[in-house]
Amino acid sequence: MSANTALAEKYRNNFLKEIEEQVEMGDWVKMCMQCGVCSGSCPTNFQSAWEHPPQELFMMIRAGKREEVLTSSSMWNCTSCYNCIVRCPRKLPITHIMHGIAEYAHRLGMAPKMQPTRFFSGLFWKNCTHTGRVNELKLSMGLYFKDGLGAGIKEGMKMKDVAIGLLKAKRLNPFELFGGHKCKDQKGIQAMLKKAYEIERSRKAAKMAG
Amino acid sequence: MAKHEYAFYPGCSSQKGASASNYLTSVESMCKTLDVKLTEIPDWNCCGASIGYAEAGELPRHVMNARNFALSEKNLPGQEIVATCAACWLGARETRERLTHSDTLMADTREALKEAGLTINEMPNIRHMVEVLIEDLGFDEMKKHVVRPLEGVKIAGYVGCQTNRPFGVDGESFENPQYLDKMVEMVGAESIPEYDMKVTCCGGALAFSEPEKAQAQIKDIVESAYDHGAEMIVTPCPLCQANVEIYQGQINQRYGTKFNIPVMYYSQLMVVAYGGSAKDAALNGQVIKARRLEEIAAKPVKR
Repeated sequence: MSANTALAEKYRNNFLKEIEEQVEMGDWVKMCMQCGVCSGSCPTNFQSAWEHPPQELFMMIRAGKREEVLTSSSMWNCTSCYNCIVRCPRKLPITHIMHGIAEYAHRLGMAPKMQPTRFFSGLFWKNCTHTGRVNELKLSMGLYFKDGLGAGIKEGMKMKDVAIGLLKAKRLNPFELFGGHKCKDQKGIQAMLKKAYEIERSRKAAKMAG
Repeated sequence: MAKHEYAFYPGCSSQKGASASNYLTSVESMCKTLDVKLTEIPDWNCCGASIGYAEAGELPRHVMNARNFALSEKNLPGQEIVATCAACWLGARETRERLTHSDTLMADTREALKEAGLTINEMPNIRHMVEVLIEDLGFDEMKKHVVRPLEGVKIAGYVGCQTNRPFGVDGESFENPQYLDKMVEMVGAESIPEYDMKVTCCGGALAFSEPEKAQAQIKDIVESAYDHGAEMIVTPCPLCQANVEIYQGQINQRYGTKFNIPVMYYSQLMVVAYGGSAKDAALNGQVIKARRLEEIAAKPVKR
């Protein structure tokens, strides 16, 4: 049984409880009073419209729309601007709930595969934890070449002028491709992160069993 | 001994050859004038930034920040941690809050840190450089060192998101913070308090992954600066700086605009006003050159 099926089975007909127990800050969802200030304050919802803005996602969770919520591209439109957090009259940590639902959907393999910010988010975390510090050049290259070599060259050409500007200003270093900045104690960082994932997994499993 | 000493968390983007290396150069010059001593936390690591959320989880993300706290405590005991990057400051402060409020999270963090041979005994204060300037030094102290006022330069103060929300600087309002305008005035330039895009999001990481969405935001931010007669934009955040500066060419192609406005750090304005050279202020690090500031920086200083 896949992790997704197991969780869906365990929390059958109670998606709100699933979100409360398995998603970071998920226990705040029930506090939403549907005023819509978050949706009206969101820059990307304002510019290009989310499929389901935050307050709608909260109601969908309470209505048990598991599949629709977890496969939605919405949470991935969050720019982490924190406008929703500071304006929410009930002080829901909405930015963190959006990140939490996105992380959960990604963990279960339900998040839309081709969503570019989902891809970039995973790439960023791998990039910065690999050596302990971000390698900006590898990060950009990883994004442009996500759909293969041909598409990558095309994407790279589109960014040519931006890259030349940064190179001239010495804010992009081509040698980052062969190493770049890193922490000394990379071993310690890897061991510490491995432990952190182990603990987090066991805490979530205990909630599911409890 | 320096007047003020802090443990310094420079962050990934400020490293040599990285996107905000000009920020660090100007901060170093600025701190020299103000007698602020920053000691880099040895072997500091990335804060994880907000955009790592797909795989960061809760504990791993906090453990990354906690490692920096532990290294700071071990090597620079008793010093507050100062970050120049908005995301570093926010990430570290958030970890500080969560660990302070949850014994479980704190215990789990200590267990993970053990694997790297580290521990935390005391929770450090996490400060942004702007907080240090405003709260610890104050505007009068900052102004004392101005020997070359940026007279007649009109500058839009773009605060952006993460140095403003959710924690804020000096208890200012989230909707209309004033401190950046006051800093513009402090260096002798002309501020634009009615600049209505001062806390609008630049799109953050979406500038990489979904540029059309971020560039729609950036267009509004730049357009409003022009509408209010600004010659340049100033910001305290490395991602705001990069996003608002480097995509102006692409925005011009997309929208038929003719944007070409320099985007500076507050520290660059201060270094020039303090009598520093263009090199001290890292003006060569601008993709869109700030000619007006270069001219001022070339003038002799009256002392």
